Amino acid sequence: MKTHAMSAINALAVFFALVALWQIILWVFHVPPFMLPSPWAVTQAVGRRFPSLLNSLAITAEESAGGLAASVIIGTLMALVFAQSRWVRKMLYPYTLLLQTVPIIAIAPLILMWVGAGMGAVTLIAFIISLAPIIANTTQGLISVDENLVNLFVMHNASRGQLLFKLRLPHAVPSLFVGIRIASGIAVIGAITGELYAGSSRVGEGGLGYSILYASSQLQTDYLFALVFAATVLGFSFFFIVMFLEWYFLHRWHESARAPETE
Amino acid sequence: MTPAPGVPEIEFRGVSKKYGSGQAVLDSVNLNVSKKEFVSVIGPSGCGKSTILKLISGLTAPTAGSILVDGRTPKDARETISYVFQDATLLPWRTVRDNIGLSLELEKVPNGARESKIASLLELVGLSHVSKAYPRELSGGMRMRVSIARALATNPRLLLLDEPFAALDEMSRDRLNEEILRLRAEQEWTAVFVTHSVTEAVFLADRIVVLAPNPGRIHSVFSVDLPSPRTSAVRTSARFDALVASISHALRETLAE
Repeated sequence: MKTHAMSAINALAVFFALVALWQIILWVFHVPPFMLPSPWAVTQAVGRRFPSLLNSLAITAEESAGGLAASVIIGTLMALVFAQSRWVRKMLYPYTLLLQTVPIIAIAPLILMWVGAGMGAVTLIAFIISLAPIIANTTQGLISVDENLVNLFVMHNASRGQLLFKLRLPHAVPSLFVGIRIASGIAVIGAITGELYAGSSRVGEGGLGYSILYASSQLQTDYLFALVFAATVLGFSFFFIVMFLEWYFLHRWHESARAPETE
Repeated sequence: MTPAPGVPEIEFRGVSKKYGSGQAVLDSVNLNVSKKEFVSVIGPSGCGKSTILKLISGLTAPTAGSILVDGRTPKDARETISYVFQDATLLPWRTVRDNIGLSLELEKVPNGARESKIASLLELVGLSHVSKAYPRELSGGMRMRVSIARALATNPRLLLLDEPFAALDEMSRDRLNEEILRLRAEQEWTAVFVTHSVTEAVFLADRIVVLAPNPGRIHSVFSVDLPSPRTSAVRTSARFDALVASISHALRETLAE
């Protein structure tokens, strides 16, 4: 607990130091507010436009969570297919690489064309971009079972189903969580990037990415800053929720989930 | 112990095993294990000790020769065999109780019968007080007890043990050795026990098979004529020392060849 408190204090100290530096830069270089608003102006912008900020945050949160949930479900199912044989893995692996390497910005216009602007398109983008780490990690977990445990199951005439549900799947859960942890960050980034292209079907109203673009076109730099902070908060929240779930499901039996502060 | 008449529990006839095109791991091994006999298999690394257990259990098939377990093929006899591995190989997400119940669960033993069996096994290996603990909370010796209890859950007639105590400290190992003998006296299974430790082999076995490496083959066989029941006092007897000395000598010979 002591180390938790200490690292929280340290992080806060860094935050205040950065805010101070920011203010000093404004005073020394006389930067105009539309280029760099003051910390106070940003705080005021948060207060002034709180409902719409919250609305944007909620939209992006929903898209990211939807995309992530879809990639956890579909990614796990695909990992089950991948785990069937080395042959299947060799055949399909290049395509997961494709999933990771195709820049989402390049295919976003295509998705926009197919599904139309709005939350559906953005959720789809968040899903595509966060799928690969789930597949990769879960597959690894499914196939890395101790050979003697498999032998033990074979000795007791275990069925294919028993081998999967009583051995391979539970064994893969810690790896699945590693995948979710990586994917959660990517899903939020994917949703915000997606919104830059396919953000909203209505002018002036949309998620964080869309609103950032809109605020910048209106030179509302103070609100733009507020939106960027909201995006950071969203990313952090996802990360901590996943960490908590990981701890909740694994701390009783798995070593890695017992001491999250050592990560 | 004199060999019991009738069908031997295990019968190896000219068994050879080769992986790929390399040198044979085992080369024409002939070996009979009588019912209720306790045989220790000992030998230097690479002599195919573990392969013998894999062959008996049917996890791998011989390249040449035949193996019968209770007059049947190893795969057909599998329901009567339990395997104890070097690592406890417990499922870390299951409690002690649920780990012991695993083999029963896989063989679809109904709930009620399973529960009472688990309770009596917990009692038998002295783990009732940690039945709800997870494997990571246990010492190495306790984990091995869970592993043994799991193996005994299906009432095996034949127990295959692959260096089960190799990773334990000497005190836990001695304690578990005595425990194994006590369990065997109560339940009367046949055992094939692979080990690196001469003293362990002598303390436990009715008969000791010394293997030589490259290719794995039987070097010599020793009958252990120690008084029974064997208590820890046996370990300090002159006969025990003499047996340990001659088997150690045989082991040195296998390497000199």
